[in-house]
Amino acid sequence: MSSRTGRTGVGTTREGLRLLARGMREQRRFFTVAVLGSLVYGGLTVADAWILGWATDSVITPSFADGHLATGLVVAVIGLFMAVATLRALGVIARRLVGGVVNYRLLADYRRRVTRRYLELPMSWHHEHPTGQLLSNANADVEATWAVMMPLPMAVGVLAMLLVAVIAMLTADVVLTSVGLVVFPLLFALNVGYQRFLSERITRAQALRGEVSEVAHESFDGALVVSTLGRAGAETERFARVSAQLRDANIAAGRIRSIFDPVLEALPNVGVLLVVALGVERVAAGAAQPGDVVQVAYLFTVIAFPVRAFGWVLGELPRSVVGWHRVRAVLDAPGQAVYGDAAVPGAGPLALAVRDLEFSYAAELPVLEELSLDVAPGSTVALVGLTGSGKSTLASLLVRLVDPDRGAVCIDGRDLRELSHEALAGAVALVPQQTFLFDDTVRENVTLGLAVDDARVYEALRVAQADRFVAALPRGLDSRLGERGTTLSGGQRQRLTLARALVRRPRLLVLDDATSALDPDIEARILDALRRQSRSGGATVVVVAYRKATIALADEVLFLSQGRVVDRGRHAELVQRSTAYRDLVDAYDTAREQADAELAFDESRVPR
Amino acid sequence: MSTVAEAPGGPPTAGATASDRPRSTIGSGELTSGWQTLRRGFQLSPALGRGLGVTLLLAALSTIGSSVIPVVVQRTLDSGLLGPSGVDRAVVWRYVGLAGVIVVLTTGAGYLMKYRLYRASEQGLADLRVKAFRHVHDLPVLTQDTERRGALVSRVTSDVDQVSLFLQFNGLLMVTSAGQVVVATVIMAWYSWQLTVVVWLCFLPLVATLRLTQRAMTTAYARVRSSVADMLSVIAEPVVGASVVRAHAIAGRTQDRIDAAIETNLRANVTAQRVVALTFASAGVAGGLANAAVVVLGVLLGLAGHLSIGSVIAFAFLVSLFVGPVTTATQVVTEAQNALASWRRVIGVLDTPADVVDPGAAGVTLPRGSLTARFESVGYAYPDGPPVLHDVDVLLPPRARVAVVGETGSGKTTFAKLLCRIMDPRAGRVLIDGVDLREVSFASLRQRVVMVPQEGFLFDASLADNLRYGQPDAEESTLLAALRDLQLDDWFSTLPAGLVTEVGQRGESLSAGERQLVALVRAYLADPDLLVLDEATSAVDPQTELRLTRALNRLLSGRTSVVVAHRLSTAETADEVLVFDAGRLVERGRHAGLVATGGVYARLHASWVAQARLSSNVSGESAILEQ
Repeated sequence: MSSRTGRTGVGTTREGLRLLARGMREQRRFFTVAVLGSLVYGGLTVADAWILGWATDSVITPSFADGHLATGLVVAVIGLFMAVATLRALGVIARRLVGGVVNYRLLADYRRRVTRRYLELPMSWHHEHPTGQLLSNANADVEATWAVMMPLPMAVGVLAMLLVAVIAMLTADVVLTSVGLVVFPLLFALNVGYQRFLSERITRAQALRGEVSEVAHESFDGALVVSTLGRAGAETERFARVSAQLRDANIAAGRIRSIFDPVLEALPNVGVLLVVALGVERVAAGAAQPGDVVQVAYLFTVIAFPVRAFGWVLGELPRSVVGWHRVRAVLDAPGQAVYGDAAVPGAGPLALAVRDLEFSYAAELPVLEELSLDVAPGSTVALVGLTGSGKSTLASLLVRLVDPDRGAVCIDGRDLRELSHEALAGAVALVPQQTFLFDDTVRENVTLGLAVDDARVYEALRVAQADRFVAALPRGLDSRLGERGTTLSGGQRQRLTLARALVRRPRLLVLDDATSALDPDIEARILDALRRQSRSGGATVVVVAYRKATIALADEVLFLSQGRVVDRGRHAELVQRSTAYRDLVDAYDTAREQADAELAFDESRVPR
Repeated sequence: MSTVAEAPGGPPTAGATASDRPRSTIGSGELTSGWQTLRRGFQLSPALGRGLGVTLLLAALSTIGSSVIPVVVQRTLDSGLLGPSGVDRAVVWRYVGLAGVIVVLTTGAGYLMKYRLYRASEQGLADLRVKAFRHVHDLPVLTQDTERRGALVSRVTSDVDQVSLFLQFNGLLMVTSAGQVVVATVIMAWYSWQLTVVVWLCFLPLVATLRLTQRAMTTAYARVRSSVADMLSVIAEPVVGASVVRAHAIAGRTQDRIDAAIETNLRANVTAQRVVALTFASAGVAGGLANAAVVVLGVLLGLAGHLSIGSVIAFAFLVSLFVGPVTTATQVVTEAQNALASWRRVIGVLDTPADVVDPGAAGVTLPRGSLTARFESVGYAYPDGPPVLHDVDVLLPPRARVAVVGETGSGKTTFAKLLCRIMDPRAGRVLIDGVDLREVSFASLRQRVVMVPQEGFLFDASLADNLRYGQPDAEESTLLAALRDLQLDDWFSTLPAGLVTEVGQRGESLSAGERQLVALVRAYLADPDLLVLDEATSAVDPQTELRLTRALNRLLSGRTSVVVAHRLSTAETADEVLVFDAGRLVERGRHAGLVATGGVYARLHASWVAQARLSSNVSGESAILEQ
């Protein structure tokens, strides 16, 4: 990244400035207040020096000469210092607080925009982007984009401050001003150079910090493998290697800091010394008053630190631009899930028809080809096939998580693409292989905001065989799940996900290997309940399955291979005529026969 | 590993949730005071303390640079510009020259001090990081409480980073600020103790309320942190749960939740910013007050003959040395506290005793060859939890093929883990070839006993690297041979890039079943004398599994194998079946005998057969159709 910003430094700066302009424009009102505050702060900081200079010449020196201090002057000194300090404090509050508000409002706004896109973009887009990247787009990248807005009001204020300072110096003495005209630009240039140097190294350290964290994550996640293969030592070496790289990168950044920080601190002091040296000549020549010298010297002390704000803004710019590119990639991503406005009339199980379906994730690798099928209302169909045969893809097409490249999926004769999103979600439900639970209560996880009473929630939980463990949770339906809540086992998560689909009383239910993590007897009970429900006119069921028990429930089996339905019929018929099918579903039986053969030698053979 | 509450006579109830079980502890540090934490922290990272004296001395020197300026101003004014005999250039130039030399020297000292500090702190913390990482791998919590792995990761990442930030910025700032305030006070007092007291009085309210403002800031930032956590969790919904949100058409609801979390975060941030702005602003007001007091009281003191003009001006310069430290004090103290808390957490990890300790060089090295394992009255309980395994006595003879069965939570995985010394028993002992596992060196143990856990965990590397994880110098030909031996060449040929296939993070580019295959080959390559499979093929498709099981049975014939089985077909062919129920070994023997006994195994088996019967009936029908 550093080489890139190096190559296109000018372009980056221009882009960065455009980004700043965008931020200012979008938070116009707050930004203006923050800048005004900063201007007040900057101007009054200079005023402080001016007051001190004035006090030297008009209060301190005359009073020492006269031998008494006039009351009017006391009031003036206190009044001036306090007024300036109070006003400046208000400026500081406006600058820091409102400046912060600008930054935080931009963060909030862009997080909303990015997440809105996540909700609008089609699933195909989601499939193409790793979750880690999307999470960081909405968080770290948005933060990086606007980090530069935080010191911006301060930088604008400092600009004003420098201007006022030069004017103040000019009113004091032209020759002394020349020191400022040398020192300030130098200070400015050093700060910018500093932040640029540093920013490169910090970016590298940040990347390495990510690597250290990845190694730790991976190593701890694989703890069982690490320990059972006796590799803890080797893992430590691996971790030590990236840690050492991070250490060296941090030291490299530290070296830059060690050089620049003391120099930046020393430079204003050198300026003061120069002012004093030149000042003595000027006073000797009668061209300046001691107060002028004091004022200019004091200016150097008060301005030295604020000038750093420039470095912060310009140093942050390349990183902001990189963050902005990533955020823009989401905001400008083309595509949107488009829904029709048709409803699904009637009630009860739906007829499902799939016509000449074709689908591929990558252009030359078709996942489904010329796939057609019909499922009668109220029947249960099993999709059977080896891994990679396209079962899960078909399942997601049936509920329109993705759209086919060609062909159509219809329920009750209506193309899914004509339906409104609500109608679609109300009619069909998918229980996926991978479960996802929300960081919320059990009830919310099942209803997902659907207005149903607890009785109906429990009814769904009962069919999903989840009612008992939910009732056993300390707070029942109100128990919190997720990171800071109760941890559920894989099987329990699957059962909740199933209940989530059932509570909606779908008219087409698609189960994508949704019971894989369950004990066989629990699975059997769920399937039994589902079958009873579908027979009594609940839903049409399409189930992706491996287990024989699951398959045996189906009225019809579709045998998929390499994206096509290669055979279909009742389980018994398929077993009879298809060797490949028999091999697949009979694998367990084969194992059992083998066992029987071995056990034949046992004295106590039991009939089964 | 929860125990199952068995309803008498009824079907087994669902396993209790993981949260019911008491969580094993990671120490968060018993140290209460900041000093104790610092002392222990320096003890654990000796590199931090090395040369610290010199660094502190340099730090003291570097603060003099700024303090010398007010003195020069005073001297110049009093004896140069406003001197009794008019402007005295020689005096001024002498002071300026001297001060110039001092500034250059202190700048040099500043560079040395900072660079030494960066080097020492980074070295010390890198050591601490690695030490903690190594120790975490010995902590039982790592394999027992997977939900808390994230917390352990942050111990060796962000917590250590926090300490390093503290040492290099806020900690340093505390030291130099304190130095600056002390030096400024000394110089002031040397000019006029009365005026020094006045300046201190002006800043006193801020110092006195430091505790208060710091507490307000701590609360505000704690609120920000928790709002960030909430926000990140809901932002994950449309990303990780994209298909759920889409399938149930809850985009509107999701957006509302996100917007609410973002709004809460915005509010928390603004509140925190308010505290920061107020502390910053009040320091400026105190500075103004001090300046006014200095001028007015300085003149009055001067008139009384206690103070020169130059000294009064010098005071104004000295006051500015106060403003900086006071401005940042609240923030510095708040962050110092956070950093100390982080440090305490890292120390807490290191001070948590390891559960499983490698006897190392003192350990027994066992000769290779067929292996006997024995459990002697073994019991196990998670820390502060109820026992999950009681009184297990069993002998696994050499070359035996043992199947372990039982319901979820019956203790079968605990049994497997104890056998591989993933943890140590609370009672009794586990022996291999007559030697207590605790006395066997890890190098020897891990060579002889290898476990394949249920989740086929892969590292983000090539397939070859993953295969040779337990056997780092295995040749490519060895890897290919192993794939062939296990009859996986069919599967292997489907991988377009072969051995150099990148498996992705946690192996996510492969399916769950494929990951298990890789894990199995990996274990096979490690060439153990005892192989323990914990439902290691649960996600593999049945055809492949069958082939694989046959191949394994053949290849492992000279070794001992223990298979924790999900499917009872495994148990039917085993030399011995161990049946676990509610943490006890309740039955053992061969399949047929156990079925005949009519106990727990018979019940499990009946339920499994009932499942299969659903399809047997259909097959039966087909048989009829055939005739």
